[in-house]
Amino acid sequence: MSIYVPPKDWFRAPSGGERIWIALALVWCLIMFLAMPYWHFAGKQNSTGEAYTVEPLAFIQRVDRFVEQYKVGEENGVPIVEPPPGEDAYLMAQMWRFYPILKLREGQTYRLHISSPDLNHGFSLMPMNMNFHIVPGYDHVLTITPTSTGEFPIVCNEFCGIGHHQMTGRIIVE
Amino acid sequence: MEQPKHPIQRLMDNPWLLLTLGLVIPLVSYTLWGLIELFSVQQAALP
Amino acid sequence: MAKHEAAPPIPMPGAGGVADEPGFAKGNHAGGEVRTCDTTGLPVCLNAQFFIRVNAVMAVVSLLVGGICALLLGLTRWPAVHLLSAEWFYRVLTAHGLNMLIFWIIFMEIAILYFVGTTLLNTRLASKKTAWVSFVLMVAGAVITNAMIWMGKADVLMTSYTPLQAHPAFYLGIILFAVGTLIGVINFFATIYIAKRDKTYNGSVPLVVFGGITAAIIAVVTLLHGAGIYIPTFLWSLGLIENVDAAAYRLVWWGLGHTSQQINVAAMVSVWYLIATITVGAKPLNQAVCRGAFVLYILFINLASAHHLLVDPGVGAGWKIWNTSYAMYLAVLASMIHGYTVPASIEVAQRKNGWNKGLFQWLAKAPWKNPAFSAVFMSLVIFGFIGGITGVTLGTEQINIIAHNTLRIPGHFHATVVGGTTLAFMGLTYYVVPLIFKREIVAKPLARIQPYLFAAGITTMAIFMSFAGSYGVPRRHWDVGFSGAQLAAGFDSTAHLMLGIMGIGAVLAFTGLLIYILITVVSVFFGPKIEDRPMKAW
Repeated sequence: MSIYVPPKDWFRAPSGGERIWIALALVWCLIMFLAMPYWHFAGKQNSTGEAYTVEPLAFIQRVDRFVEQYKVGEENGVPIVEPPPGEDAYLMAQMWRFYPILKLREGQTYRLHISSPDLNHGFSLMPMNMNFHIVPGYDHVLTITPTSTGEFPIVCNEFCGIGHHQMTGRIIVE
Repeated sequence: MEQPKHPIQRLMDNPWLLLTLGLVIPLVSYTLWGLIELFSVQQAALP
Repeated sequence: MAKHEAAPPIPMPGAGGVADEPGFAKGNHAGGEVRTCDTTGLPVCLNAQFFIRVNAVMAVVSLLVGGICALLLGLTRWPAVHLLSAEWFYRVLTAHGLNMLIFWIIFMEIAILYFVGTTLLNTRLASKKTAWVSFVLMVAGAVITNAMIWMGKADVLMTSYTPLQAHPAFYLGIILFAVGTLIGVINFFATIYIAKRDKTYNGSVPLVVFGGITAAIIAVVTLLHGAGIYIPTFLWSLGLIENVDAAAYRLVWWGLGHTSQQINVAAMVSVWYLIATITVGAKPLNQAVCRGAFVLYILFINLASAHHLLVDPGVGAGWKIWNTSYAMYLAVLASMIHGYTVPASIEVAQRKNGWNKGLFQWLAKAPWKNPAFSAVFMSLVIFGFIGGITGVTLGTEQINIIAHNTLRIPGHFHATVVGGTTLAFMGLTYYVVPLIFKREIVAKPLARIQPYLFAAGITTMAIFMSFAGSYGVPRRHWDVGFSGAQLAAGFDSTAHLMLGIMGIGAVLAFTGLLIYILITVVSVFFGPKIEDRPMKAW
């Protein structure tokens, strides 16, 4: 009885069906455990964890310099910025926009710095649905290589105040 | 004479030991290790 | 042994001779502070009974508030309805999260701890005064927090990530609630201590009490993290501290936010064992296996908080992989063990009851008309097959990157916490009302269908929430059409269809929830009194 005190010496090793089930489940758990680090290296889509602390003002100034340096156009008042391949690119998540629009080249590798000067935001790249959490005070450096061309909207998927649902951005890959 | 209990039964009959282990493992593996990782993050150079 | 089913629709176990005895020695109750249950023959501490009742009432009140919020949210995220304004959507979402995930469930869990700690150990509640302090603090905390939310002073959602700031009283309310809960948990530990000291039982605690101890241990971990994060945040909101690091906040907060849901897992599994025993007379096949699975929860399940930080900057891959695998998935192993032992014990009991034909007669002839049984069995299936599997997949580093902060996350935890825990607690209520409140359940035919209605609604909602999330639809988002955004974004019609079906599921689940609340409230206040007789069999 689950609600009564068990007999004094109740300990016995699992047997029969229970034993087989536990063994199968344990093997499956270990396979899953090994799969995670394996795919971390073989799958190449996870962040390597490169991150730094950053002052909000320093990041804003660096983004402004980045925009001035590599601006190639404008859409709806948002600058389009094309960094040279292999260079550092910057993306600022801010209430309530992703700034600026990035123009990248297919097959080229960039070091993309993402941070926020105000609140937590969510970086969600559509339509392939790739997500990173953006934490104020931290510069998350993602080494990325675009593998397909097109225009990819970014939407914010962490609550950041009343204008949260209007927070979008864009990455253009040519 | 009572038979000596199985050591695993003795562990399961000791809520205080379980409480201690239940506190120490997550506090070390999740909280402490995580906070050490966060506090050892370097200042950004913003190249 | 389920003596209350005097004239049951199904033959009850052990009808010929009861092999099991409670294993009690002499109780430690003062005169007049204990009664013997007319249905089960178990001793009920009257002080504990009082606090079980008041905590259960507060739980149901919180469930009602959270449930109304749920309906409003469902009707807002259903694109064709889009009921609330953005401001009220986030306000109601804050209230929904806290009332459901914290207040409803923790009030109920304190009630469960008081029950398993006293009645099943033949002991008195350690301290009546402490129970009062705990209850008053918890109610004050819940009321203050709710007041701040509804006054529009805390539109920060349940997580209240810094540097988003709410009114200091919002944090104070949560601190009071957490301290009250911690005091209640300490009272539970004191109760099992005095039971052991006064030798009110011989040998080990019953399995359900062991599950209660598991939940209580996890609760201590939860509340330490709660104190660790809400006290600095409260001081910061008062201007006494300059800054609470946003990443450290997320780390410690999830030590509260996710761990609190592991209390539910442990409490829910205990309820599975409890209800399996009192409905069909199931007994654990092997005590060591069931208890071992609870020990795995105690040791490893709390590492799961790291799932929320899988795509965060600051913590490294080693920390992420080790912790999100619960140290090699050992806590998942525990759930897989319970998912085997509970149905297996039901099968063995049912076969003993004479339902021995073929592979599945035991299941077909189970007491499906008993809402406690049907609720618990569906809880097991929904938790295991929808909640558990989505949880384990979302918790891997590779899948999390496509699921983080999309609707797949609430799709997962509505299957675990609502389809699992809430449904199991609803089932439990169908015994709490007759045995603790001593009132017969009214409108029994309605009560019989209630678990099915609620389960169908919540399953539909959770599945279509997950489907919408797999298209990338964000959680916590008022308008997935992104109207007014500088740069256009949006989702195709399939995603909107999923959201629509999700809304229908939400309405269905709310209907089931409302029926549950009406049945329990009417029964508690107006149901026929049960005095000096067993409850009527389901």
